[in-house]
Amino acid sequence: MPETPVTPATASHIRPMPDGGRPGPRPWSPSRWRDAVRSTPPGLVIAVVAIAAVVLVAVFLTIDLKGNIAYVLPRRVIKVSAMLLVAVAVGVSTLLFQTVTANRILTPSIMGFDSLYILVQTGLAFVAGAATLATAPSTLKFGVEILLMVGFSAILYRWMFTGATRSLHLLLLVGIVLGTLFRGFSSLLQRLMEPSEFIILQDLFFASFNNVDPGLLGVSAVLVALVCVGVWRMRHTLDVLALGREVAINVGVDHKPVVMRVLLACSLLVAISTALVGPVTFFGLLVVSLGYQLCRGFRHAWLLPIVVLIGAIALVGGQLLLERVFGFATALSVIIEFTGGILFLYLLLKGSLK
Amino acid sequence: MRPTAPASRNRAGETARLVAAAAVVLVIAVGSIFVGVSDVSLPALLANDAGAWEIFWVSRVPRTVAVVLAGMAVAVAGLIMQLMARNRFVEPSTVGTVESATLGILVVTVLAPDSPILTKMVVASVFAVLGTALFLAILRRLPARNTLLIPLVGIMLGGIIAAVTTFFAYRFDLLQTLSNWMIGDFSGVLRGRYELLWIVAVLVLVGLFAADRFTVAGMGQDFTTNLGLNYARTMRLGLMIVSLISAVVVTTVGAVPFLGLVVPNIVSLLFGDNLRRAVPWTALFGAAFVLVCDIIGRTIRFPYEVPVGMVMSVLGAILFLFLLLRKRNA
Repeated sequence: MPETPVTPATASHIRPMPDGGRPGPRPWSPSRWRDAVRSTPPGLVIAVVAIAAVVLVAVFLTIDLKGNIAYVLPRRVIKVSAMLLVAVAVGVSTLLFQTVTANRILTPSIMGFDSLYILVQTGLAFVAGAATLATAPSTLKFGVEILLMVGFSAILYRWMFTGATRSLHLLLLVGIVLGTLFRGFSSLLQRLMEPSEFIILQDLFFASFNNVDPGLLGVSAVLVALVCVGVWRMRHTLDVLALGREVAINVGVDHKPVVMRVLLACSLLVAISTALVGPVTFFGLLVVSLGYQLCRGFRHAWLLPIVVLIGAIALVGGQLLLERVFGFATALSVIIEFTGGILFLYLLLKGSLK
Repeated sequence: MRPTAPASRNRAGETARLVAAAAVVLVIAVGSIFVGVSDVSLPALLANDAGAWEIFWVSRVPRTVAVVLAGMAVAVAGLIMQLMARNRFVEPSTVGTVESATLGILVVTVLAPDSPILTKMVVASVFAVLGTALFLAILRRLPARNTLLIPLVGIMLGGIIAAVTTFFAYRFDLLQTLSNWMIGDFSGVLRGRYELLWIVAVLVLVGLFAADRFTVAGMGQDFTTNLGLNYARTMRLGLMIVSLISAVVVTTVGAVPFLGLVVPNIVSLLFGDNLRRAVPWTALFGAAFVLVCDIIGRTIRFPYEVPVGMVMSVLGAILFLFLLLRKRNA
């Protein structure tokens, strides 16, 4: 992985690439702030972001807490746990995905993973019928969806990633178009349903941070925890994988099965986060880019917690800010989309990240 | 790029084939007139059924005309965009033009909700021009050889503009209205409500006559000037045509995704890159494609309708993928 640091994105940073050629690693541009951050030991960084995350969660739970506390508090707890789960799922899956693809711009959602999940969900509802789906226990439904999702994505991404090295831009474009296709196909299927069936399923299709299915929280938490234990035990292998396929094989990693295992974990995590709050395309990209920015090394033992904590801060803090300061709630995913889109453009135009 | 057909192939044969294709499009168009819920059939019309004739003139004919006009115009706009950017994978909905037009409509809906549709169209056009100009400005700084980077940047630019639009639509409770423009749908077309779409017919004609200039302009400023063509003026003309077509189509029937990308590519696969010929073929194929999609949308869930934009986004995305991956296997 190139040693080029990711700088915070602003539109003004968009620079032309010099004389159209492929720029090599950009010379280190000195920035005092960044140097300061990067010379901080990762342990300290983790401690600071962890404290920030805990404080934010505490504020989120207790701010303006009056009236019927027995009613308000559980609702807030549900919301905050959903956000934390999403932070873990999106952060970890994006980091893993980028490690496996040895790349800092690809993320599962940019490659259409979460649109695929929506399609699986809709397809299942279409085939099985709303009545069956509404009466079936949500864990069973979730299980079937996740099985389908993992199966499909394994086929899809095996097809995409096996074979000779391919153009990154082609991969990105194919991923984006696939995402559009999956979304288009799902909305077409939704249109083809009986209107009465569609109404039953509407809540399912419009998951958001304000509309979390509490029934799924427990299962999701268990699944996320299991995946995270697995990932944590693989962390040293992941460090090697990040060096690229050849190096990893050279050092003795059984590349293909490991990659498939990681992609499987990614599919699971994406399915969980999409089921909980719907698709948020650029969140993973934002969080992982920030994580690399704050962390001195490339060890997954440090990166994983940092990325997860930043995700939690971004979600809880962002929601808090929007709800309490600006007074509107659902727009968080739109704002993530906006900032993430700009960051993506910046990374793309910078061109040095391959 | 495919080699063009040998010059010896005479013009008469070419014209004959174009006329034959136009006849096929006409047949599909007439067919589409007789698709629908209420009873408009040939016997009913011949029996001089007043109700059938009214539906015929008020709903069916305007709808088919609108489909043909929009299909031709969006396909030609895509072709012009591809010539100007010298890139096969751009079109108004992958460079931010359509998204900018939508933002324009939203702005006018918020600031002056009662303004007539013509005002909306003008504002949408202004926004479309600005958005496309922004893309072209970014394009100038990109390495021209990188075919896939350019559509990626365009799609992202469109995504960012769309995020801004969604944000404000959410703030002003206009999300539902917004989907009218984001998803193309011909079911609302009635006599008296689509006539502004004729503007695009004029724009297509202008594009037809200026097509070879855009090819030259796509070669770059120096090359263009060398051939004695005013580069800036040609680019401005192309920019105006593409933006106006997009804005007019988005305000009257909504966005028709991928059409401008897919059709010119298919035409180029079939007939090579001879521009003078490509424009009429692109227009015909565009019309035929949207006609077929509209008929699919009207029959797939009969008697309900599926908006043509949804059908297009599925079919168009599949064809786009095919075009992207085609080279790989070759």
